[in-house]
Amino acid sequence: MNPDKIIVRFGEFTLKGKNRSKFDKKLEEQVRKAIRGNEKVELSSTYGRIYLTLNGEPYEEIAVKLKDIFGIVSISPIRTVESELETIRSAALEVMQSLPKQPSTFKVSARRVDKKFPHDSQEMNHLVGSHVLREMPGLQVNVREPEVELRVEIQPDGTHVFSSVIPTAGGYPYGTNGKAMLLLSGGIDSPVAGYLGMRQGLEIEAVHFHSYPYTSDKAKEKVIDLVRRLSHYSGAPIKLHLVSFTEIQTALAQAGHDPLIITLMRRSMLRIAEQLAERSGALGLVSGDSLGQVASQTLGSMNVIGRATELPLLRPLVTMDKNEITIIARQIGTFETSILPYEDCCTLFVPKSPSTNPNLSVVEKIEQRIEGLEAMIAEAVAGTELMIISPDIRNAVETAGEDSWF
Amino acid sequence: MYYFDHCASTPPHEEVIRTMAEVMAKHYANPSSLHRSGQEARNLLERARTAIASLFPGTDPKEWIFTSGGTEGNNIAIAGAARQNKKRGNHLITTAVEHPSVYDSFQALERDGFRVTYLPVDENGVVSVADLEAALTDETILVSVMHVNNEVGAIQPIAEIGRLLKQRRGVLFHVDGVQSVGKVPVDVAGWGVDLFTASAHKVNGPRGVGLLYVRKGMPVAPLFLGGSQERELRPGTENVPAIVASAKAFRLALESQPERAVRMRRLRERLADCIADVPELVLNGGIDADIAAPHVVNFSYPGMKPEVVVHMLEKHRILASTKSACSSKSDEPSRVLMAMYGSHERATSGIRISFGDEHGDTELEWLCSMLRKVVQKLKPLERKG
Repeated sequence: MNPDKIIVRFGEFTLKGKNRSKFDKKLEEQVRKAIRGNEKVELSSTYGRIYLTLNGEPYEEIAVKLKDIFGIVSISPIRTVESELETIRSAALEVMQSLPKQPSTFKVSARRVDKKFPHDSQEMNHLVGSHVLREMPGLQVNVREPEVELRVEIQPDGTHVFSSVIPTAGGYPYGTNGKAMLLLSGGIDSPVAGYLGMRQGLEIEAVHFHSYPYTSDKAKEKVIDLVRRLSHYSGAPIKLHLVSFTEIQTALAQAGHDPLIITLMRRSMLRIAEQLAERSGALGLVSGDSLGQVASQTLGSMNVIGRATELPLLRPLVTMDKNEITIIARQIGTFETSILPYEDCCTLFVPKSPSTNPNLSVVEKIEQRIEGLEAMIAEAVAGTELMIISPDIRNAVETAGEDSWF
Repeated sequence: MYYFDHCASTPPHEEVIRTMAEVMAKHYANPSSLHRSGQEARNLLERARTAIASLFPGTDPKEWIFTSGGTEGNNIAIAGAARQNKKRGNHLITTAVEHPSVYDSFQALERDGFRVTYLPVDENGVVSVADLEAALTDETILVSVMHVNNEVGAIQPIAEIGRLLKQRRGVLFHVDGVQSVGKVPVDVAGWGVDLFTASAHKVNGPRGVGLLYVRKGMPVAPLFLGGSQERELRPGTENVPAIVASAKAFRLALESQPERAVRMRRLRERLADCIADVPELVLNGGIDADIAAPHVVNFSYPGMKPEVVVHMLEKHRILASTKSACSSKSDEPSRVLMAMYGSHERATSGIRISFGDEHGDTELEWLCSMLRKVVQKLKPLERKG
């Protein structure tokens, strides 16, 4: 089929009453942004839907752009024809005949929104179905489990004929549920946590802790690449806060409590992230913790670590296993970058036997004994390097050397 | 000098030389080093890879690895794929007219216990897809067919073979594209090729750099050991200046390919006419554009040792060659011409003329008149079989 329009359907936020127009508007804005390169496409909004009239622009290309926009639950390529029986019938046949693989069963689901149309839905199912059956021998009707559901929507301004409803990213439009700071390590988990948070409508700013000069610039490049990938989904630039953690880490390492060092590091990171959140007006922290995965992610550790901040600590992956997380990482295109083997600040000081059940009061006491910890944290916050990452910014790999060389 | 040996090697493009010199001076660090200079070299390497991938639509930078040239690429592709997939079968298919780097790889695999079918070619040097289909068995794991023949310029039906093999899941498809890139249209992804080889010095790039396309998910065993460079398939410190310069060379070659093909085809037709006018000479290979590459003309002077012709032409400042440079030192008949004509006399007297961008009507007129002159001079020396 050569679709002339695309139906873009919105998600669960359509139930939200008063706030709806805000969501709708945000989503419309995102769709507009996504199709900016395809100038001929026209956009019109109706209740819970956007119609894109292609005017000759390529369907596939636009579908790919819509697929990753949060808040859109599904799209359908459609043929729109005049609401006239014979025209509808031939459009229906055309849609069926252009399926990539001919099915053996189908059913027609007609919906008459325009009550002025002479035939009701039941009649239409029959009138369209019988026509298709006549023209396509070998095809059978199966109303319970059809391979293809041929949909006919009779609207006041024309009839939409289509056969596929393609599920897309879903969730809420980016940034409609507030802002949070994402603790981004560079591993597999935290980018997935960021993605899931974003899908739930969170606006994200990323915080990354590095131990330069102990860790290399490659680790930084890697995190920039991850944020760039996430910004593909936000459709907006994402701020990346790069925090130097070297001094704090060294001080913690010298405190002489090897099994607790990860706990201590995490608590300091949360304090820094909290202060950065305050500066940015973010109301929560997002982390890639998954219950039981490593020592710092036991319930006992999570308790002691989480108490370092008063902000809600969101852990979208908390009950997922590694396999599930990896599948999402591959789907969203962060996996390949995440597995690049560059040291991050946490792998530097991994103790031989990290505590899985730290004691809060002990940890607090150790922190009190470390001289100038608060000051170091404040300094780390003050010295944070800010980068703004957009999907279209070229990374260092692409910019090394001179353009004339290539 | 009139250099008519572009199939053997091409003069490097000025911009390629400049790029290579500049990168060489500035970026000498090892791209595997962790420090900043090393990273910069790494960045350049990856940028070159991205540039290469963008020249071959539908391919991903990760699918391109840099080798030391066409020979190494062909060796890794064939031996690597055969060994890695040995469990699935021991039958391999190639053609009788492959370049020595492919042919000898298969000969070596035969000694290792693989069964190899060498497909015949017709008088145009072209393999038959039906023959290939007939040769496929349940044991077949790899098919390797060159795109453009290096001696006579015959173009093989790669797209058709790709379509055929797509229906046969599990049969890997290697294409030696060393003589075709930049000369005729190439569609690595569209053909469904699993492995593809190219070489920079055939497209006015530096010597010592080759490309090997390894489709995603393709299991291939390395031939060299000693490092994880190039997807663990080709260890060794990467030659960053030459690789960057070769990315440029490939870009220049591919961007101007359609226009170059038109120019060269005109020269080819002119030279073919001129050979037809000399009764002592016989043209080898096809005429039509779909089976004959635009940049190669091969002819035989039966009864004459081709070296004599080549040396005589050189006296008149014309550089041509016999067979491929990789086998020109042996006295054997050309394996390619033997496969095409079965005539020992014709196969031992082949001469190859190959064009480049610097050639125009003037050069061709000179070549034609010198050819006539040389044949006149040599005529008394002919040995009639």
